[in-house]
Amino acid sequence: MNKIDRIRPSRRSLLKGAGALVVGFHLAPKGALAQAAATPAQTPEINAWVVVHPDDRIVLRMARSEMGQGTRTGLCQMIAEELHCDWSRIETEYVTPGQSLARNRAWGNFLTAGSQGIRQSQDYVRRGGAAARIMLIEAAASQWGVPAAECSARDSVVTHAPTGRTLRYGQLAAAAARLTPPNPVPLKDPREWTVIGQSKPRLDTAAKTTGALVYGADLKMPGMLVAVPRRCPVFGGRVKSFDAAAVRNRPGVRHVLAVGENAVAVVADTFWQAKTALDALPVEWDGGENARVSSATIDARLTEGLDAAEAFVGNSQGDARAAIAGAARKVEAVYSYPFQNHAPMEPMNATVVWTPQRCDVWCPTQNGEAALVAASQAAGLPQQQCDIHRMDLGGGFGRRTTHDWLADAVLIARQVPGVPIKTMWTREEDMVQGRYHPVTKCKLTAGLDANGEVTGLHMRISGQSILSFVFPNALQNGRDPVQFQGLNASGAESAIGYTFPNLLIDHAMRNTHVPPHFWRGVNHNQNAIYLECFLDEVAHATNQDPLALRRKLMANHPKHRAVLDAVAERIGWGGPLPAGVQGRGIAQQMGFGSYVAAAAEVSVSPRGELTIHRIVAATDCGVAVNPKQIEMQVEGSFVYGLSALLYGECTVKDGAIEQTNFDTYNVLRLAEMPKVETIVMPSGGFWGGVGEPTIMVAAPAVLNAIFAATGKRIRSVPLKDQDLRRA
Amino acid sequence: MVPPSRGEQRVSGREHAIAMTRLNVNGRLVEVNADPDTPLLWAIRDHVGLTGTKYGCGIAACGACTVHIDGQPIRSCATLLSAVSETQKIVTIEGLSPDGNHPIQRAWRELDVPQCGFCQSGMIMAAAALLAEKPQPTDADIDEAMTNICRCGTYNRVRAGIHAAVRGRTSG
Ligand code: FES
Ligand code: FES
Repeated sequence: MNKIDRIRPSRRSLLKGAGALVVGFHLAPKGALAQAAATPAQTPEINAWVVVHPDDRIVLRMARSEMGQGTRTGLCQMIAEELHCDWSRIETEYVTPGQSLARNRAWGNFLTAGSQGIRQSQDYVRRGGAAARIMLIEAAASQWGVPAAECSARDSVVTHAPTGRTLRYGQLAAAAARLTPPNPVPLKDPREWTVIGQSKPRLDTAAKTTGALVYGADLKMPGMLVAVPRRCPVFGGRVKSFDAAAVRNRPGVRHVLAVGENAVAVVADTFWQAKTALDALPVEWDGGENARVSSATIDARLTEGLDAAEAFVGNSQGDARAAIAGAARKVEAVYSYPFQNHAPMEPMNATVVWTPQRCDVWCPTQNGEAALVAASQAAGLPQQQCDIHRMDLGGGFGRRTTHDWLADAVLIARQVPGVPIKTMWTREEDMVQGRYHPVTKCKLTAGLDANGEVTGLHMRISGQSILSFVFPNALQNGRDPVQFQGLNASGAESAIGYTFPNLLIDHAMRNTHVPPHFWRGVNHNQNAIYLECFLDEVAHATNQDPLALRRKLMANHPKHRAVLDAVAERIGWGGPLPAGVQGRGIAQQMGFGSYVAAAAEVSVSPRGELTIHRIVAATDCGVAVNPKQIEMQVEGSFVYGLSALLYGECTVKDGAIEQTNFDTYNVLRLAEMPKVETIVMPSGGFWGGVGEPTIMVAAPAVLNAIFAATGKRIRSVPLKDQDLRRA
Repeated sequence: MVPPSRGEQRVSGREHAIAMTRLNVNGRLVEVNADPDTPLLWAIRDHVGLTGTKYGCGIAACGACTVHIDGQPIRSCATLLSAVSETQKIVTIEGLSPDGNHPIQRAWRELDVPQCGFCQSGMIMAAAALLAEKPQPTDADIDEAMTNICRCGTYNRVRAGIHAAVRGRTSG
């Protein structure tokens, strides 16, 4: 298994690194992992983050995964802020969930989702850096026989100011490692930060420009075979039969396997051999009852939910129903949002070596710990005899927080003991076996008084609940609290930005057999469209300026209003339109702990072709760790959100997803990309997320701009087949 | 016809025959033992062993597999091994420059263009081919040439990176 070590050179050298400071934790050499697992954790988890080599290389450990969102760099900035190390000598490595398990979860949560890679780790990784610095200074002080208070550290060098003596971290590592970690560990005042808040270049860019970065899909091991699987295209269906003999003798084919109840796989020497053999394999599927489900039947079910008597309440103030019933005037509209695939550029894959004693998996995952649980279950082995070796992700967007693909890969490898098996999905499999953005509809009804002021708002959501499929235990008496993202009465995570005299937001849960999942932005994506576009409708119905109407309702929500004001000002709201622009739209929302707003400028040609000229985004994420990374995340989230708005739709026929590749599931391309201006306005005092929040305002801002440009109110996503010509 | 390397493997008929093809990849002559119907992408990845070129769709829709053949950007997932001869020069991301310092690669690093990076080999190869053809591309040229898919959303930085590469090259 030498190849594996070559992929992770820093781990290899770490394992050998005698004299290295491994704060509070010694990585066991390979083969002795089981022994390490037997040693109980004794040190607090804040001490597990930093390794200093004698040659001054600094290795920082990561529990969260890098999937392009810059978490690696951000986490290093937070540790380095306290560690006072030489930034140019920083390397990173992934800890494995198996190591963490053996150390009583020394590295905390591995989940990299919900825009929390930074904000949920910031406290303990900073303390990890600070603890290591304190120990290094103490080691120097005791070597010199001076008080530690006379010493300071900078760029991996400890200096004794009175005498000018210096020692490098690498020289101090071994001694520091023997010291007792400090307790408590003080942190710097944010006003003293010099690394956090800087636009540090990414630590991992170079390998992404030369093809050198090894992704899971690129793994090679001696004797490795490649498996290409196919599941019953109807979710919940099964394999009735398959004729292995028909393809067994094709070149390179080694095994033709059943995978659980619902899938088959061909294992061959190469991907192409396996894939073409799989294409030629006769398989009979049994889709069962679900084979009768179509987009039309799902839509009918959701439509029924819009007026159903029973619904879970998410936010209720006053008596909205009565206010609407007694209103002088009503505005009502029905919106809808489709299934969408995550479609990360790197299709699902995992490489597995299974023996009756042990199961090791190499894969891109957004949650190492959940991957370990999935591997252990599929392997039929305790977690202590399994481990997950993470690779950087070729995109995640939520798809890689769940591990159906990993479990199947283990089930395949189990049938070929001792042989490394790389299971790789085709794009087609990735498209039809996704975990989809949930499908919902929403009926919004506003009651207005004689002056056109909103007296009551009822927002009835009907459709799929993610939690009921993914974490049914997290339901609250059947109610899915995540359904109300951005619509909650209060809270630090995703509170509504308006106060209505009477308000009712409720959810008629209508689940389908298509598995839903967290998808970048999650339920904010539709909730923001529903509320922000409908408010726009109310504004136009009552001859009010959309910004003015919102501001009136936002008196008690200054942070929401501040970001909205910022984009309105930057785009020149109310002022003349630049040449070529026909309309502007705005939207705001709070999610993942951050306040965001967007303003868009669009035009629609006489033939109905949409051009998005410019989007201004504002984000108040409390603390901005790396403004440039935030800009990149905002741009990226807009591409993802606009792809969803323009093209994103998976439809169901005979129980299966109809879109099979990027030809039928199109995404935004460079030529369609608007100019993006990002206003980063951290107001301090809280840690909001960055990866997702702005996605939720992209679509409603553009939809509102389309209305401004054309008078056409678009109430369903995507736009691709809709007539956008002037009303 | 070259016999398959492993004894237990049988060649079942013409349509799945394994043959030896010679390719010129990054200036090196390599021999590939594979079905001539294998897409060039998989010959490069699984036989030549260069994995910088990525599989994203397999139907010429995403550009992740872009390589140069005689300087032209092509989508290697939709180019059969049998369609390439050893006189044609194939260049992959690994061979774009000897030291990773092609102007596009330098600009990409300067601007931190990649996010997850999975599409970026293809992006860089497409951008390098564009620059070779049009040393001073306009935004419209970029729109037309850069049809690769990036799910992370690096498009605006890709555009800026191409312009920066032009500047970097002209300013020496
Ligand atoms: S893999 Fe070739 S274009 Fe997508
Ligand atoms: S950088 Fe991730 S797909 Fe382009």
